[in-house]
Amino acid sequence: MEYIPHTRADIERMLRAIGVGDVDDLFSDIPAEIRARYRPLGLSPRSELEVRRELEGRAIKNRRLVPFLGLGLYDHYIPAVVNELSSRSEFYTAYTPYQAEVSQGTLTWMFEYQTMICELTGMEVANASMYDGGTALAEAVLMARRIVGGDKVLVPRSLNPLHRGVVETYCRGAGIEVVDLPFDEAGRLVLEEVPEGVIALIVQQPNGLGIIEDLSGLKERLGDAFLIVSVYPIALGVLEPPGSFGADIVVGEGQPLGNPLSFGGPLLGIFATRRKYLRMMPGRVSGRTVDVEGKEGYVMTLQTREQHIRRERATSNICTNSALCALRATIYLAALGPEGLQQIALLCLERAHELAQEIERIPGFELAFKGPFFNEFAVRCSDPEGVTRDLWEAGFAVVPPVYLERMGVERAFSLALTEKRTEEEIQGVLEVLREHAR
Amino acid sequence: MGTIYRKEKEGRRATTWPGTKRAPEELLQYIPEGLRRREPPWLPQVSQGDLVRHYTELSRMNYGVDTGFYPLGSCTMKYNPKLHEELAQHPGFADLHPLFPEEAVQGMLEVLWQLGELLKGIAGMPGVTLQPAAGAHGELTGMLLIRRYFEDQGELEKRTKILLPDSAHGTNPASAAMVGFEVVSVPSNREGTVDLAALEERLGEDVAGIMLTVPNTLGIFERDILRITEMVHDVGGLCYFDGANLNAFLGRARPGDMGADIFHFNLHKTFSTPHGSGGPGAGPLTVSEPLLPYLPIPQIVREDDRFRLFYDLPKSIGRVHSFFGNVLVMVKALAYILTLGDEGLREVSAGAVLAANYLRVRLRDVYRVPYDGLCKHEFVASTANLGVKARDVAKRLIDYGFHPPTVYFPLIVEEALMIEPTETETLETLDHFIEAMRRIAEEAQREPELLAEAPHNTPVRRLDEVKAAREPVLREERP
Repeated sequence: MEYIPHTRADIERMLRAIGVGDVDDLFSDIPAEIRARYRPLGLSPRSELEVRRELEGRAIKNRRLVPFLGLGLYDHYIPAVVNELSSRSEFYTAYTPYQAEVSQGTLTWMFEYQTMICELTGMEVANASMYDGGTALAEAVLMARRIVGGDKVLVPRSLNPLHRGVVETYCRGAGIEVVDLPFDEAGRLVLEEVPEGVIALIVQQPNGLGIIEDLSGLKERLGDAFLIVSVYPIALGVLEPPGSFGADIVVGEGQPLGNPLSFGGPLLGIFATRRKYLRMMPGRVSGRTVDVEGKEGYVMTLQTREQHIRRERATSNICTNSALCALRATIYLAALGPEGLQQIALLCLERAHELAQEIERIPGFELAFKGPFFNEFAVRCSDPEGVTRDLWEAGFAVVPPVYLERMGVERAFSLALTEKRTEEEIQGVLEVLREHAR
Repeated sequence: MGTIYRKEKEGRRATTWPGTKRAPEELLQYIPEGLRRREPPWLPQVSQGDLVRHYTELSRMNYGVDTGFYPLGSCTMKYNPKLHEELAQHPGFADLHPLFPEEAVQGMLEVLWQLGELLKGIAGMPGVTLQPAAGAHGELTGMLLIRRYFEDQGELEKRTKILLPDSAHGTNPASAAMVGFEVVSVPSNREGTVDLAALEERLGEDVAGIMLTVPNTLGIFERDILRITEMVHDVGGLCYFDGANLNAFLGRARPGDMGADIFHFNLHKTFSTPHGSGGPGAGPLTVSEPLLPYLPIPQIVREDDRFRLFYDLPKSIGRVHSFFGNVLVMVKALAYILTLGDEGLREVSAGAVLAANYLRVRLRDVYRVPYDGLCKHEFVASTANLGVKARDVAKRLIDYGFHPPTVYFPLIVEEALMIEPTETETLETLDHFIEAMRRIAEEAQREPELLAEAPHNTPVRRLDEVKAAREPVLREERP
């Protein structure tokens, strides 16, 4: 076995030192009846070449459609430096930086990441990652309840239905009621009144329908209840950050920042808040300090919030997070700089609006909402299932109608565009749609 | 070593991007005025060469499994096979969007389905979910399952307690508390295992379940495991097994045969997927028959030769991840299991237990081993008998080129060093570690300041953690 180095002689020497006769004796403390019940899997060991063939065979079987998607995960270009540097095994084979002196690499980039997330979101403090956008949002609700109290959370129907699913699961477990908020003809959320006992209002920017929400005045209406905003980080290249609108917590799916689509995981949960709530925040943070010689360095800090110290009174149970995805985001944002980020956001805006305008010219197709959008929009037509299927046939993937239905939108599918979508691909989509013209 | 921000100069750039057809001002009109970004975020402006040097330099200030021996207890820092990295980066996996239609991703779904089947076989349990993104996420999912189960039985009101041995990982009580359970601690006996009399006293109809780590965090297998799970089942409770320590009995025993109702795997521990400086990992769960109706949706099922996402579970707890969990981590775990086969799985636990016991017997005459019986994949030593702090021994180990063990855990041992060598270290490495530990014990008597001031040759020396916590500086400030 290539991963286990023990020779027969090594094993003998260790057994002698321990004072047992053979390897099976090392398991004599497991009750014999349990061991007797063991059933093997029926798998023979395989060589690297055989395993590679088998799994690459599965990879090749998958059909890589051109993603005009969608719902939190977007197909952005990843500069070569991101893969190259994050593949250094001093990063990926290390664990949580418990021993700061041999983890300054990790602790330094965590500090950089925290800075960049604060800058993107307009918030004061950020943690070093959560699992994904959905769980970050759910944890934000739990954190808000610890501070605000209350028993219900306001959730727009237009929230990404996959994130909503996670929020509903966590809320049911924690005894929190989810109250739906409608959206108007423009696709924007409608907040009539703020009922008693509200923990927080969740706003997604842009929302699950792709529409840019107007965040102004919301926090004022909520009073003590939290304004939690879930963001698409690339859109923040051109959108005013939620921090400017008084958001208490900003979360988001960080995959678009230099991480592949990965069939939905691993992903990156962004989490940022106000400094005054720092000690209530879940997750790890790196802080700057000095060593015994006065030299600057970084440590994991405020660990008294965390489970390994505070146990059942911790701010969260999170331990292992999405560190390597956060490293990729850090390198990605450093590679972009402020200009690059804005340029990518502008390319998204341009491509999406070009396609939207063309689609509106096709008889029988219209944009489902008139509100402003960034790079994702819903299209209404008479046979969205048929259109979606034909697009698949032609090699293009869009958000299928079932997800729009979960947000309360009938007879529609949606599309998202990034800087990667080419003129040919856009024309290809239009051709399929034109075949469905009425 | 400063941050990347200290290397910036206005006007430098690391990447260039295609131009837009229309002027930026024109495109920005698509965004309502009050919502348009007024000031760009402060992101570093650096050249590509400087960027590469910066992160290369940072990587050199880190210590990973590829750097050297990393006996971090309870974390199973085994060698991470390189084949796995290449497979996970294959565009046929990495470039798939989770909303692609099922027909387009049959190869991917087959990978997930097959891994699920193998995990069920390894655990000896009939149900599985791959969604949890980490061990603690698996625990939370398990607690949600227990809650949903009793809700369905109409017993949620009275089943308010989760029992936890005092040696448990901190994530266990935190996970139980997140779904509103009251945590009740069960003391350990002199052998370091669950005190059955104390367990008996705490059992009743108010108990929703118990969370056990098998073997426990002292590395000791609960000899009475069948009795324990039977006692909990007798009062109607469920048994959650934390699988962080599966490396101890892989291929030799199954939690399903021990009475487990829920078992979480840590793919980043037992199944060799890298720890990524803190994540991503993956924490799939297997469950017993009574819990099948409550598993998260979607489930991945096989119908004839097709693989499908199955949503029709009306009693499901719902979704615990935005999509299907950490899929690329699962690709690596599957490659690992296929490489090992049945024979390899047994060799893993044999090698891990052999190495841990070897270290234990070669160190116990110098360091106190409070529970000094046959251990499984790890053991706990104490530095208290030497009159030195576990932290100081740990820091001195860095001078000898090793990553320190886990320190100050479990909480029931004073000045604890929790040592887990794994099966992938050579006997020579183990001997070098023993040598270093023995020399450090001598130094502790002869030159204690060598320990107190360690480490000596790292990029930074011991850091002021009190200052970091009292005056938190958590981001670079704009100049």
